[in-house]
Amino acid sequence: MKHILKILVNNHPGVMSHVSGLFTRRSYNIDSIAVGVTQDPEISNMVIVVKGDDSVVEQVKRQLLKLPDVIEVEDLAYHDCISRELVLVVVKVEDSNRTEIISICEVFQAKIADLTKTTMTIEFSGNTRQVEHFMEMMQKYGIQEIARTGQIALKYRST
Amino acid sequence: MPKTEAKISGARLMVELLEEYGVDIVFGYPGGAILPFYDELYKSTKIKHILVRHEQGAIHMAEGYARSTGKLGVCIATSGPGATNLVTGLTDAKLDSVPILAITGQVATNAIGTDAFQEADIYGITIPITKYNALIKSADDIARHFQEATLVALGGRPGPVLLDFPKDVQTELTSVRKVDKLKIDSRHYQKPPIGGDLDSFAAALNKAKRPLLYVGGGAINANASKEIKELAEKGNIPVTTTLMGIGAFPGTHQLSVGMLGMHGTAYANKAVLECDYILNLGARFDDRVAKPGEFAENAVRAHIDIDTAEFNKRVSVDYLLHGDLKEVLKALIPKVNKVDRPEWVGFLDTIKKNHPLEFDDSTDTIKPQAFLQKLYEKSKGKAIVSTDVGQHQMWAAQYYLFEEANRWLTSGGLGTMGYGLPAAIGAKFGNPNKTVICVSGDGSIQMNIQELATIAMYKKGVKILIFNNNFLGMVRQWQELFYEERFSESEWNYNPDFVKLGEAYSIKGLKISNKSEIDKALEFFLEDDDARILEVMIPAEEKVFPMIPAGKSQKDMIEFSDTVRAGKK
Ligand SMILES: Cc1ncc(C[n+]2csc(CCOP(=O)(O)OP(=O)(O)O)c2C)c(N)n1
Repeated sequence: MKHILKILVNNHPGVMSHVSGLFTRRSYNIDSIAVGVTQDPEISNMVIVVKGDDSVVEQVKRQLLKLPDVIEVEDLAYHDCISRELVLVVVKVEDSNRTEIISICEVFQAKIADLTKTTMTIEFSGNTRQVEHFMEMMQKYGIQEIARTGQIALKYRST
Repeated sequence: MPKTEAKISGARLMVELLEEYGVDIVFGYPGGAILPFYDELYKSTKIKHILVRHEQGAIHMAEGYARSTGKLGVCIATSGPGATNLVTGLTDAKLDSVPILAITGQVATNAIGTDAFQEADIYGITIPITKYNALIKSADDIARHFQEATLVALGGRPGPVLLDFPKDVQTELTSVRKVDKLKIDSRHYQKPPIGGDLDSFAAALNKAKRPLLYVGGGAINANASKEIKELAEKGNIPVTTTLMGIGAFPGTHQLSVGMLGMHGTAYANKAVLECDYILNLGARFDDRVAKPGEFAENAVRAHIDIDTAEFNKRVSVDYLLHGDLKEVLKALIPKVNKVDRPEWVGFLDTIKKNHPLEFDDSTDTIKPQAFLQKLYEKSKGKAIVSTDVGQHQMWAAQYYLFEEANRWLTSGGLGTMGYGLPAAIGAKFGNPNKTVICVSGDGSIQMNIQELATIAMYKKGVKILIFNNNFLGMVRQWQELFYEERFSESEWNYNPDFVKLGEAYSIKGLKISNKSEIDKALEFFLEDDDARILEVMIPAEEKVFPMIPAGKSQKDMIEFSDTVRAGKK
């Protein structure tokens, strides 16, 4: 099962090595890591999507909490948080299918970031399922290059 | 206006912080990138620096010092090769939870990352093998890093920390010696409140008919010996310890069943099979003791630990309590029923009688087991004993019994050959009035033998016992039992003359090979407080029993009597 871990860490260059090192060392499977600063410039927010059953993820959490630079770890239940991933994708285009691709982008509310005679660079953001779905739609035109950010997430507020 | 403090160099500040912390001894080795610090150390009247022969020696000495005194052990090295020579010791201290502060020189901050002379990324290298590490970027950060590092080293489950100290930061001036705010959370150093339900925990223990305490190194770190004894005696609960837990419960106590695991006693391992309840006190169900899914499979399993990451890591448990072991036991004991358990205790007494530690002592050759029994008697069981790694380590664990904690120094988690001699030296510095014995093998002793010079230079009366079997004995044992006697590279057919080697360092030595010489040799070994080397020739075929083969469980234990029956003792 996939878990989204939100990890607040001290914002300094060594932190990434400490956290990612822990994952490799204990051979936990990471799907993605995304890092950015929070409203407090001394603190960063790391979002790690990790695969494993509940007991493994519990181990991961406890090991993470042993790292001095880790301030807080939260296991965001999938259904309980807003998650987004940004993807940039370059697809092949021909005169015959350009409008077709553009209209698919409209349906998905994807943005066309760049256009050449033979390619289109599309920007899309959504949760994992939406991103997967969008990529599937683009597959048939021929994907030339992809860049993905990995997921970021926040919990839904109750008030 | 607040009075501003005078500015001092980073190196000066580091020395003053160590002094204020109460450090009076450090083990180290100088070099270019740590010279400003050594210059300040030179002026210190409070800190004694022990000059070693290899940085690995320095860190194992710090470990021996720390384990035998319960205090922080401090070691110093220069950048690059000096720092990388600490890596084995840091890993050793991490696995055995020993509080160590390592301070390493580093190239100047503007040279970091340029592959400068003697530059090594010791910060990056030591991430997985320290509890805390930092590259100090400014002299203004020294006080904070020092405070964080020392708090983390001793806080919670102890372990090693490292401060990487660039040369220009050592000379930079600063007036910052008070720390406004630490950047680490208090969970890393404050004693946690007791976590878990004491009542249901106690109820499960009270229900047990055949309970067993399984005590690990954490009990020694938590200084919980008194409470463990109280609990055991109140509930008449037999006690087994791990290799690291030796000494946490008196080895001669009627309720002691000795060490469990791969080379544990038959009665300890049988107790694990027969118990209906097992309580882990500061141990970690490691693979030399517990096979997941099979360890005490029919028993209720309970665990008390300061490190939550140890819960359900290898073996799942039914009851757990989080917290400082001493505090938790203090709270638990009043809830535990006073019970006599004549059947269970009597049952184990019978097993003890029928399955004792055994060896064949019918020839004139010296058997290491017999020798250690004598050593135990002659030193009245009062010595601090360090070991290296191999058969001699297991025999020492089996035959030298301890009444108290902090007297048994061994590399349990990492199994570091070369640990024994420097650990003994460090222990002797911390306990000048106690007898300190290093039990080693002809292989292991040569891994840090250069520290004989440190013994000689500081006139430290460390007693070095070398069991010479002309083999890497433990490797040979595995090859004999599991690789059809193909002794690939374990035969050790060149050794120096250890007695002469000792003489080269003005250390008196003796070599014996016949049983009749044991008493005299022990007299020579222990007669005064001077260093000694005693080389004892033992048969290469001698094996450590009982043995649970790697990856197997208590059910698969091989005893000495089994091998006799099979006609290949
Ligand atoms: C640094 C290191 N290298 C290799 C080993 C693997 N090893 C474990 S025991 C052993 C043999 C030790 O021989 P010796 O010190 O003579 O002790 P004996 O087993 O003969 O008592 C070896 C090579 C180790 N534990 N540590």
